[in-house]
Amino acid sequence: MSLLSVENLRVTFPTRQGPSEVVRGVTFELGRERLGIVGESGSGKSQTGRAILGLTPPPGKATADRLEFDGIDLRNASARTWRSLRGSRMSMVMQDPKYSLNPVMTIGRQLIEALRYSGGGAAKAEAMAMLEAVQIRDPERVFRAYPHELSGGMGQRAMIAMMLVTKPDLLIADEPTSALDVTVQVEVLRILDGLVRDRGMGLIFISHDLRLVSSFCDRVLVMYAGRVVEELDARDLSKAQHPYTRGLMNCLPKIDDDQRPLPVLERDAAWLE
Amino acid sequence: MADADLGEGRRRALPEWVPALARILGTVAVTMLGLMLITFFIGRVVPVDPVILVIGDRAPKSVYDRTFIELGLDKPIWQQFLIYLGQVFQGDLGDSFLTKRPIISDIARVFPATLELATVGILIGTLFGVPLGVFAAVRQGKLADQVVRVVGLIGYSAPIFWLGLLGLLLFYARLHWIGGPGRVDISFEYSFTNRTGLMLLDTAMQGEWAAFRNVVGHIALPGALLGYLSMAYISRMSRSFMLNELGQEYITTARVKGVPERRIIWVHALRNAAVPLVTVIALSYAGLLEGAVLTETVFSWPGLGQYLTNSLQKADMNAVLGCTLVIGTIYIGLNLLSDLLYTLLDPRVRRRT
Repeated sequence: MSLLSVENLRVTFPTRQGPSEVVRGVTFELGRERLGIVGESGSGKSQTGRAILGLTPPPGKATADRLEFDGIDLRNASARTWRSLRGSRMSMVMQDPKYSLNPVMTIGRQLIEALRYSGGGAAKAEAMAMLEAVQIRDPERVFRAYPHELSGGMGQRAMIAMMLVTKPDLLIADEPTSALDVTVQVEVLRILDGLVRDRGMGLIFISHDLRLVSSFCDRVLVMYAGRVVEELDARDLSKAQHPYTRGLMNCLPKIDDDQRPLPVLERDAAWLE
Repeated sequence: MADADLGEGRRRALPEWVPALARILGTVAVTMLGLMLITFFIGRVVPVDPVILVIGDRAPKSVYDRTFIELGLDKPIWQQFLIYLGQVFQGDLGDSFLTKRPIISDIARVFPATLELATVGILIGTLFGVPLGVFAAVRQGKLADQVVRVVGLIGYSAPIFWLGLLGLLLFYARLHWIGGPGRVDISFEYSFTNRTGLMLLDTAMQGEWAAFRNVVGHIALPGALLGYLSMAYISRMSRSFMLNELGQEYITTARVKGVPERRIIWVHALRNAAVPLVTVIALSYAGLLEGAVLTETVFSWPGLGQYLTNSLQKADMNAVLGCTLVIGTIYIGLNLLSDLLYTLLDPRVRRRT
């Protein structure tokens, strides 16, 4: 049985020029697997992730023919249902720990808060164990630290700890390493990957980095202008059919092949249909 | 690496306060010196002859010259400034030409009245303004937001003397709900001893509850009006600070964690919005302590504002300069206080200072 099924998801924002649809009919199923969503900025991948959590920023509106998480209809879920799901059963790692952590609360308090509102007790031991699980060498210190006292990589590990401490079934990772140094990226990803694998969670990994996604996910959705233009197994990425995916692939720099002039993405108005 | 960095920060956490405090005190000292320099030179620049203030304009030339020397006006200006500094530090702000008493005792008499009124005002302003602002921010664009906006705008734009007079007419003259002008009815004035100068405190501490009620009746309307005025400003600022915080990513994080909306608003967002809000409240308070001249006039409130206006009209320079110094000191003090609160509220500032 699938963990999450999304059918014809649409996210619309009202603008002065009339409603603007940023996600236009996204459909997919997710089991306890790792699904990558790639696309350039503005392709609607982040808004897809947020809509699943019911966090479409107002005045935006999300609609869908079907939006079910573990058999629960999310479309008209009450605030109470959302509270029982968010944190404890589904959570999200965001892009930049500099902004996604509350600057005036210690990491420890924020971790314990995640535990407390997911029905668990406010156990410090559990929080500390989680900090160790994200390979923080001195969890006691990080527990007492404020976000600004941590480096980006450390902060993102703390963020991952905060989102996984409640042992959710589904994790949405929205560009979790884009704000980090390249050297730290791999480390943080490996930690995230290991934890998701161990716990058999469902993962939606949102990124603009095609290669990264294909190496960490089982399946990839390629989004363009609010639509899924191609869905394929990560292994078969090289066999991608859609010209947009092929274009993205061509843009990846290759170490032994100096392409000049650099390839550019071609766009076709027909893809929008 | 962050680990090592952090370790160092922790170990030095306590001693870090010492240089920070020293720096703050240094800044205060320099600011105070600047303030006294300015009041001193204002005193020298205004076209009021201090000698004539003392002896009157009909005294013979010899008396004039003697007083000129007595006042030290023949000395170089920097020496005069040093003498002035010395006097200020001994709490001597000169004598009032009007009341013939030391300025400092005049201020000590009128300031508590202003302090009491301003404190009531800022308490009302904060206790109503902050929740209203938060409420408006949460309901941004909805009817409740508009209502708060209009209520605030009225408080902001209606002249306070007009509101005061209307209030007196309605609540005092017609309904007899409150006391009239002044701080207390004459019949109660001697039923308690003046210890702090704050009548609410004095009467309560001495258990004179009838007098206390009377004092409350007198301060209710002017306090509420000043409170309304500062509420209008504080609620506008709270709203905009809250809107800013509610749009931040960490709010989304809290929602993702399943934190209830109420806690997100009142703990996560407000705790961050409180940082700039502290300055707004402190400066509003300073503005009220300056003496709300119009309010004090309408309500015959014997406070600093009224004293200062009287002195200005009678060209009582010593009193004016003394008041200026006191008001400047209040501003510096409240700024300092808000800086200290900043470091308490925002861990990021703690590191920087």
